Amino acid sequence: MAERFTKSMARNIYLGGSAFFVLLFLALTFDTQLRAMPERDNRNELTEEVVRGKHLWENNNCVGCHSIMGEGAYFAPELANVFDRRGGGDTEVFKSYMRAWMNSMPTNIPGRRQMPDFNLTDQEIDDLSAFLEWTSKIDDNDWPPNIEG
Amino acid sequence: MKYESQRVAMPYFVFALILFAGQIVFGLILGLQYVVGDFLFPEIPFNVARMVHTNLLIVWLLFGFMGATYYLVPEEAQTELHSPLLAWILFWVFAAAGTLTILGYLFVDYATLADVTLNKLLPTMGREFLEQPTITKIGIAVVVVAFLYNIGMTALKGRKTVVNIVLMTGLFGLAVLWLFSFYNPSNLATDKYFWWFVVHLWVEGVWELIMGAILAYVLIKLTGVDREVIEKWLYVIIAMALITGIIGTGHHFFWIGPPEYWLWLGSVFSALEPLPFFMMVVFAFNMINRRRRNHPNKAAMLWAMGTTVMAFLGAGVWGFLHTLAPVNYYTHGSQITAAHGHMAFYGAYVMIVLTIISYAVPIMRGRPYGNSNTAQIVEMWGFWLMTISMVFITLFLTAAGVLQVWLQRIPESGSALSFMAGQDQLALFYWMRFVAGAFFMAGLVVYLGSFFVKGQAAPDEEVRGTPTQDA
Repeated sequence: MAERFTKSMARNIYLGGSAFFVLLFLALTFDTQLRAMPERDNRNELTEEVVRGKHLWENNNCVGCHSIMGEGAYFAPELANVFDRRGGGDTEVFKSYMRAWMNSMPTNIPGRRQMPDFNLTDQEIDDLSAFLEWTSKIDDNDWPPNIEG
Repeated sequence: MKYESQRVAMPYFVFALILFAGQIVFGLILGLQYVVGDFLFPEIPFNVARMVHTNLLIVWLLFGFMGATYYLVPEEAQTELHSPLLAWILFWVFAAAGTLTILGYLFVDYATLADVTLNKLLPTMGREFLEQPTITKIGIAVVVVAFLYNIGMTALKGRKTVVNIVLMTGLFGLAVLWLFSFYNPSNLATDKYFWWFVVHLWVEGVWELIMGAILAYVLIKLTGVDREVIEKWLYVIIAMALITGIIGTGHHFFWIGPPEYWLWLGSVFSALEPLPFFMMVVFAFNMINRRRRNHPNKAAMLWAMGTTVMAFLGAGVWGFLHTLAPVNYYTHGSQITAAHGHMAFYGAYVMIVLTIISYAVPIMRGRPYGNSNTAQIVEMWGFWLMTISMVFITLFLTAAGVLQVWLQRIPESGSALSFMAGQDQLALFYWMRFVAGAFFMAGLVVYLGSFFVKGQAAPDEEVRGTPTQDA
């Protein structure tokens, strides 16, 4: 009974199935990247400031504690919507919030989670703010469910 | 051990286990920082400990996969390894690069590390799991390519078995997908999309080929079941893995910018991703029931069964729990994700590497039938302590995650708890997770202790009975 299903049939399912789905995945990737994303990822506002901000985000390993669009570590708050949560959607309010926040770290409250002092200049904090503001405007299917992230 | 050059697997396995121990130490530090927030601050901030924890895992699993490959490919191909010397050189290069990178994380401020390793020339750092300096990433690529050359030359000049073909395909895929770690566009949404080409297509794609091949090899050796039967199973399992897993990548595309059709594609295909893991359970238990010999290495048999069950629970069941888009909308990036990640990595990849170690290391130490009964009992204590601890780590993190979602995600803005206020409410579960983690460490100590128990299983413990009725 089981012998009717031979090894070469199994191999053909593997080869045919994976080839088909690799090609389908590539086609979907082209559609996502070339057609859909330009209208969703807010790339028109991807300024020099935002790019510098992304490098600061990476060079200080922010994702080692925080999540951004739900990805990263789960030790500290989600930051893809921090522009809305802490800045109320206003660029100037957010920038001044960020400067105050970054310069008061670490809190050194005993027993509480601590964020290091990254010694960023005001310009760098503004760049980081621009990056987070830009990120908050990516169309991510209305995630997270509420303002708390 | 049929070929002398298989022995080069030994340093890979030894170093893998050393890094494993390091990974668990940092896991404990992280677990404690979840409840005692300023523990070791500012000497080892959370982000540094986490980077060490996850990168040690990745690197030691790679050492484990390489050791497994050096061990089994020559035997399958029925020929000596192309170049044992190259394998030794690559071992030292990879070990040195890995160690230096971890020391860099610990003793150099990350931004400084990025600076001195010239990250600005080709910025690839600072992304989850891909924190390695660009120079380390290049090093990994070079080591893997030279490794593939060595193994490829070996496999090509000898017998071409399905185990070897599948293993080589998995390793080749691993190498090709690694190239995406060098692609870091300044558009975060694009960056994230292709980041998953490394992360998802490794662990839910080509690594399953590697796992399947190692499992098939060990089952051939331990059960004596006809290779034809095992190879057929292997093909079906990896077919299912790729058919579900490739489009299943879509479950990561829900909330990072890609269009809405991924909500459907990702949900449907990733809901099927438990299938290959379920088939591995059926496969392993079936082959063992139909065994034509009772191999005296019962510890290896336990690991082989354990890895399939735990992979199915961790990757399959715990993955399914939060993979459907309407559920994932609330659970994405919560402690439920962490629960799934822990059990899936332990079940699928940690345990498959420990399976091949359990089988191969005694042979390389001149104990062809396995370790002494006492050593095996100690090893099995290690198995149960680590595995049960991981079950509890997962359950506590799941409980924490459900509560987190309930407090922070489900209520409307305004009545939902803030992230940190929510975290305070989870402290009890984090403490219990830490205790379970301490038991895991104890299990690891017992496991490592088993290597120091002398003696070997006697050949007469090997019972070669008549084939069972349905074999």
